[in-house]
Amino acid sequence: MPLLEIRGLSITIPTPKGDVRAVRAVDLSVERGEIHGVIGESGSGKTITGTAMLGLLPQGTKVEAERFHFDGEDLRQSADRLRGNRIGLISQDPAAALNPVLRIWRQMDDVLRLHRKAPRAERWAEAVALLASIGLNDPEKVLRSYPHELSGGMLQRVVIAQALATGADFLIADEPTTALDVAVAMQVLELLRQLVATRGLTVLLITHDMDVIAEVCDRVTVLYHGRSLENGPAEQVLQRPEHPYTRALLAALPDAAPRGERLATVEGLFIDPETGALLQGDQP
Amino acid sequence: MNIIRYILRRMVLSAFVVVGVTFLVFTVAQVVPSDPAALYAGPRPSAEQIAKARVELNLDAPLPTRFLTFASAMATGDFGVSYKSRRLILEDLKAYLPATLELAVFSTAIALLFGVPLGVMAAARQGRWFDRLASLSAIASVAMPTFFLAMLLQLIFSQWLGVMPLSGRTSREVGITDPVAQVTGFLLIDSLLAGRPAAFGNAMLHLILPALTLASYPAGVAMRLTRSAMIEILQRRHITAARALGLSQRRILFGHALPNAMGPALTVIGLSFAFALTGAVLVEIIFAWPGLGRYVSEAILAKDFPVIAAVTMVVTICYVVMNLIIDVAQALVDPRVALT
Repeated sequence: MPLLEIRGLSITIPTPKGDVRAVRAVDLSVERGEIHGVIGESGSGKTITGTAMLGLLPQGTKVEAERFHFDGEDLRQSADRLRGNRIGLISQDPAAALNPVLRIWRQMDDVLRLHRKAPRAERWAEAVALLASIGLNDPEKVLRSYPHELSGGMLQRVVIAQALATGADFLIADEPTTALDVAVAMQVLELLRQLVATRGLTVLLITHDMDVIAEVCDRVTVLYHGRSLENGPAEQVLQRPEHPYTRALLAALPDAAPRGERLATVEGLFIDPETGALLQGDQP
Repeated sequence: MNIIRYILRRMVLSAFVVVGVTFLVFTVAQVVPSDPAALYAGPRPSAEQIAKARVELNLDAPLPTRFLTFASAMATGDFGVSYKSRRLILEDLKAYLPATLELAVFSTAIALLFGVPLGVMAAARQGRWFDRLASLSAIASVAMPTFFLAMLLQLIFSQWLGVMPLSGRTSREVGITDPVAQVTGFLLIDSLLAGRPAAFGNAMLHLILPALTLASYPAGVAMRLTRSAMIEILQRRHITAARALGLSQRRILFGHALPNAMGPALTVIGLSFAFALTGAVLVEIIFAWPGLGRYVSEAILAKDFPVIAAVTMVVTICYVVMNLIIDVAQALVDPRVALT
């Protein structure tokens, strides 16, 4: 049984201008111990799907699905309990994900205190060990710092440490490397891969970056306009995409473009408003 | 240490403000079309009396000399003698300033204690009935004229319910028959120092209604500002991240979001504290509070310039110190403030 099983997910957000169907039909199945990539352009519904798993959508949002289960539990009922216990979030911009006015120690300790009733000195030692284990030099100094005193790569490691401190075995990494420069991004991805190997984590990696998928993902699901179009082993999807959208997306990579020619864009695809199917050709 | 450098820089700036105000007060005294010698000489003075007063006040010396004399007198706390009452101004201030400060500090504390948590809770329940009710109350408390609220509170709590004293700083039994030894001038502190809980309770009861009246406006403003700042902060990604970590709503609101939202509330509290020092004349009159506002407004009507100058200087210093405290508080709450 997959750890995360989503079938026919649809999410409708009420707005003053009427309902917005942000997710229409997403199927997603994540096995234990894999890094599963979710790729799609902006507005494809990848982040909101992740937010729904955490139970953090705005009030009044309608989440409907045939199956929306994590480890056999329906996320619609148990997300509030699983979040911060088994499901963790690593969000896009680590500088924005940490509170600017609190020291790192306070922000780590908030998590540690929730899970263990240990004296302060023990929690401090635990935080130091945790930060050291994910490759931060001088963890004591990090704990005494404010976020603005640390680099992006260090901050992302702190965010990962927080998620680990909750004891989560499933991490939703929402564009974890977008705000980082390339070298640091690779280190963070490498760290995620190590954690999966050593701690038996499962990671859902939300991204729009094909290189990230190619670098670390075992399997991948392609989202477009709130629909999952295609899924399979990362290599297969990247090498031999089945869906015309995935092909168009891969062709739009700047690296794939021949020198001296215009870059390709994803054109000639549209959603049929009646059936919801993705069609080729020009929008009628 | 950024923060220490920041505090030192603020202190230097504050010193400039005090010097500037000294200069301004002196200048105004020269420009005002009234002759201090005539006022000093008493009612219906003769020409000789005025001439004698002119010598006594050293009014014929050149302006720079007189400014230096004035400034050094202000710096040493030698505020001179009131034209009207002939009393030493310093002695008057020792009686009036603590009464006003006690009221200002107490009402500011009330404003913070009510305004900020209400703003936090309203923001957390944005658009629901609690928010609407709290927002409406905040508008009402800002819009309510001070004198009306004062009389309303007197009517309800001392006239009808009889649980609060009508006015004054203490009851007659404490104030006149058996006064508390003055150490700091703050009755609440002095009565505790003297080990007299009954006098403490009496002073506290007298303090509540005027403090509530004075707190009404800043509490309403603080509530609105905290609410809007919180609504903005609660949208930020680090709040979502904190929720994803499983932190409780309380911890997120007060431990994570509020420290980010304290800035505007602290600023308004600082301003309203300064206002409470002299702007509380109406409140002091209605509650027969022996404070600075009443003292200075009487001095203004009598053109009693040394008193006006002394009060202006004292209030300036109180205000500058309060602002310094607020600035330091801001920097302690948000360490990035000290970097700019």
